[in-house]
Amino acid sequence: MNGPLLKVENLTKHYPFGSGLFKKAIPVIRAVEDVSFTVDAGETLCIVGESGCGKSTVARLLMRLIEPTAGRVLIDGTDIAGLKKDALHAWRRRMQMVFQDPYSSLNPRLTAGQIITEPVENYESLSRKQRQALAADLLRKVGMSPEMIHRLPSELSGGQRQRLGIARALALQPSLIIADEAVSALDVSVQAQILNLLLDLQQQMGIAFVFISHDLGVVEHIAHRVAVMYLGRIVELAPSQALFAKPVHPYTEALIAAAPVPDPTRVRLEAPVEGEVPSPINPPSGCAFHPRCPLAVERCRVEAPPLVPMADGRVVACHVRAPATVIPPKPPVAANVSFIGT
Amino acid sequence: MGLLIILALAAPLYAGDPVNIDPFKRLQPSSAEMWFGSDNLGRDVFARTIFGARISLVVGMLSAASAALAGLLIGVIAGYSRSFDNVVMRVMDGLMSIPTILLAIALISLTGPGIGILIVAIAIPETPAVARLVRSVVLGVRERPYVEAALCGGASLPKVLWRHILPSTIPALMVQGATVCASAILTEAGLSFLGVGVPPEIPSWGNMIASSRLYLAIAPMTIFAPGICLAITVLAVNLLGDGLRDVFDPRAKRRR
Amino acid sequence: MQMHQTARNDVLLELRDLETRFYGEESVTRALDGISFQVMKGETLGVVGESGCGKSVTALSILRLLPKVSARIVGGEVRFHGCNLLELSDREMRKIRGDQIAMIFQEPMTSLNPVYTIGHQIAEAVQIHTKASRSVAKAKAEEMLRLVRIADPERRVSNYPHEMSGGMRQRAMIAMALACSPELLIADEPTTALDVTIQAQILRLIVDLKERTGTAVMFITHDLGVVAETCQRVIVMYAGRIVEQATINDLFASPAHPYTQGLMRSMPDPRRGRQRRLPEIPGIVPSLRDPIVGCSFAPRCPFAIDICREKTPVLRDVRAGHTAACWRAEEVMGA
Repeated sequence: MNGPLLKVENLTKHYPFGSGLFKKAIPVIRAVEDVSFTVDAGETLCIVGESGCGKSTVARLLMRLIEPTAGRVLIDGTDIAGLKKDALHAWRRRMQMVFQDPYSSLNPRLTAGQIITEPVENYESLSRKQRQALAADLLRKVGMSPEMIHRLPSELSGGQRQRLGIARALALQPSLIIADEAVSALDVSVQAQILNLLLDLQQQMGIAFVFISHDLGVVEHIAHRVAVMYLGRIVELAPSQALFAKPVHPYTEALIAAAPVPDPTRVRLEAPVEGEVPSPINPPSGCAFHPRCPLAVERCRVEAPPLVPMADGRVVACHVRAPATVIPPKPPVAANVSFIGT
Repeated sequence: MGLLIILALAAPLYAGDPVNIDPFKRLQPSSAEMWFGSDNLGRDVFARTIFGARISLVVGMLSAASAALAGLLIGVIAGYSRSFDNVVMRVMDGLMSIPTILLAIALISLTGPGIGILIVAIAIPETPAVARLVRSVVLGVRERPYVEAALCGGASLPKVLWRHILPSTIPALMVQGATVCASAILTEAGLSFLGVGVPPEIPSWGNMIASSRLYLAIAPMTIFAPGICLAITVLAVNLLGDGLRDVFDPRAKRRR
Repeated sequence: MQMHQTARNDVLLELRDLETRFYGEESVTRALDGISFQVMKGETLGVVGESGCGKSVTALSILRLLPKVSARIVGGEVRFHGCNLLELSDREMRKIRGDQIAMIFQEPMTSLNPVYTIGHQIAEAVQIHTKASRSVAKAKAEEMLRLVRIADPERRVSNYPHEMSGGMRQRAMIAMALACSPELLIADEPTTALDVTIQAQILRLIVDLKERTGTAVMFITHDLGVVAETCQRVIVMYAGRIVEQATINDLFASPAHPYTQGLMRSMPDPRRGRQRRLPEIPGIVPSLRDPIVGCSFAPRCPFAIDICREKTPVLRDVRAGHTAACWRAEEVMGA
């Protein structure tokens, strides 16, 4: 197949913030602002950033759990952001999601078998036997014993629950899995087990991942490419190795410097970046990072930097580190906005 | 509670005739023949009490069931649809502000007394409380990741409602249902006492207390028997609600 | 301080064979199964382990803050300045808490009262323990906020907890904990709920304050990276027991317990290659409700031999200042 598996163009989500009976200008939370990226088949794209940067909103927009304010989400060239319910139903099979919390993402009233076969039963009816066989097969795929089929989530450990969540996502044989902080709630040793499972699945079935995380250690381990988000925007998108070897955007740099390293002999040189993430209701003017940025110049306060492609295949939005010599033409903003059931 | 239901159901098998009038045996004390004595028309108080339980339980349970069903329906839809929510919940607020007894009296005076209209009259003002409760549970559950997960798996909205959202409303509904049932029993007794509930020829606890109140000094049993039964039944129904919740709640089960 | 000192007068807190149990309706959980360690004056001791290993229970046991109905300390001693805290009356214990031993938690919202201002709460803590006048206490509150580097402390003292960000609340918590200059600060996962850049700020703050005030810190965390950046000595816990204890450099250079080793190897490390399978610890943590025969880690341990399944290993010196509870510690260190 030509072209990327997933193409996201100018994805934007604004939430109204507070609503009154008498609508004057309602302030909006700019949760996601003009986000574009692609994911190839079998590739892992990681989205990193701190809380409130919009990374989870991106995941939910991709799954169409919420409707975008603007922008397009294309799978194999088809825009699913504009699809009606029935057509969307068919496309959902291609993309599945693994959730952060292995406790609240499983219905406590259903057994393991019921949970993992449910997605398939939304598309085809299964006989009792088929269902059993499917459940056993899925459990085996995620390294669990088929005997677990009748267990309730409350009878399983955190790691086993997360395996169930992955089995549920695998049930429809998707080509893309969106994992929203899928290992963040797990202990280190369990986290390693789950990461191994994800890597195995990618190798065996060629599944692509959009892996959302705040843990740079995990991201560095599994990502092919990394997108760094700050206050709803991508500030840097680069091949993983290049990004960690030489971060270009000052925020990426700060993030990597702040991550604790399990090596007591390492001498920490840099002072941690000052200040906190500003509110997305009233983001700073110009570059959103400028109040915390050690490199900020006058221009950063006034003008939001565009994403500028660099020589090594990365894009960076920074006036200082990646000055736009020729301002690249902005891709047209898609206007097909749709609202269903809101 | 089970005992109460069995007693009520099996009433014709062991209790005497509750409506047989015997003018020679008026206001008798307890005896081997009539355990609780007789009332002002010489009717067997024990038999009347037992048969009264049937009326109370039928009215209580049917009112609770209809209020629960209506409340569930309204609550689930209100929990899922914003526009419907605004309209319906305001109507529910309005209904909640009408006193049960007054609404019942008004309705019954329109149609004349009868058990059916009594059940409707009791169920209507109880519905908003149930609807509110269900709505709040639905609002809480719909945000849970496992509901989102089901949507990601391609489940349609009705299916998500049926499989993931409805079951979680059951425990709360059971408790609320029992409360409604208990208050329905009390309301029925109150209405019957006032003479606008169950027609007086049918033995109900409210009717019994009403007709015996003049004879309290002579034959206290005629009032105490239905009164105490009423209290015990209401208590039993409430305890049953708690028990049901424990059975239906998977978390409560695990703790035990 | 890097050296393991055993001089008695340097020991601030000493736990001896502490055993804490939780009582369920049908089962007894051996949350702590004979914990012994020391905290020296002015040192930073890390306590690491995965969820359920007993690290938080240890902290709550020291402060006697366990839920009264379901938990009980059934054996052992907690000696603070040589005095057994378990024998104190509730009143005496209240005087120790906050005054000499303070604690900060993962979620500051749970320990800050939402209806009082930050300044009021810090001032109150000061007043309770020092009997200072109100104005002195208020000035102290402002000073504490400045100490934890909250910008604009004159204004912030009149803020309510919900008006502050997570990082700021944690700073306020630290200010409150340090207001009475305690000798020991117990920090239970203080940065786990925070973002990476904020975590770095708070860690830096705790280390700086410790150096300035000389307060000993017991730092409880699941994150080996955090331990490496803040602590001088580390205790590794597994299934309610201490499995290893060493200086930070020794522990990371040559872990002597297979669990510690497994934990370190299962962390992603780009130096060992990306997108490769991580060495995992197979299996799951044992249930603490059932009695454990032998070493609790044996079922998951690649080094396990017969003796491991039969006899419980005790903590023993594998070299100066480095102890491990493993029958085969020498082989583990060589591996």
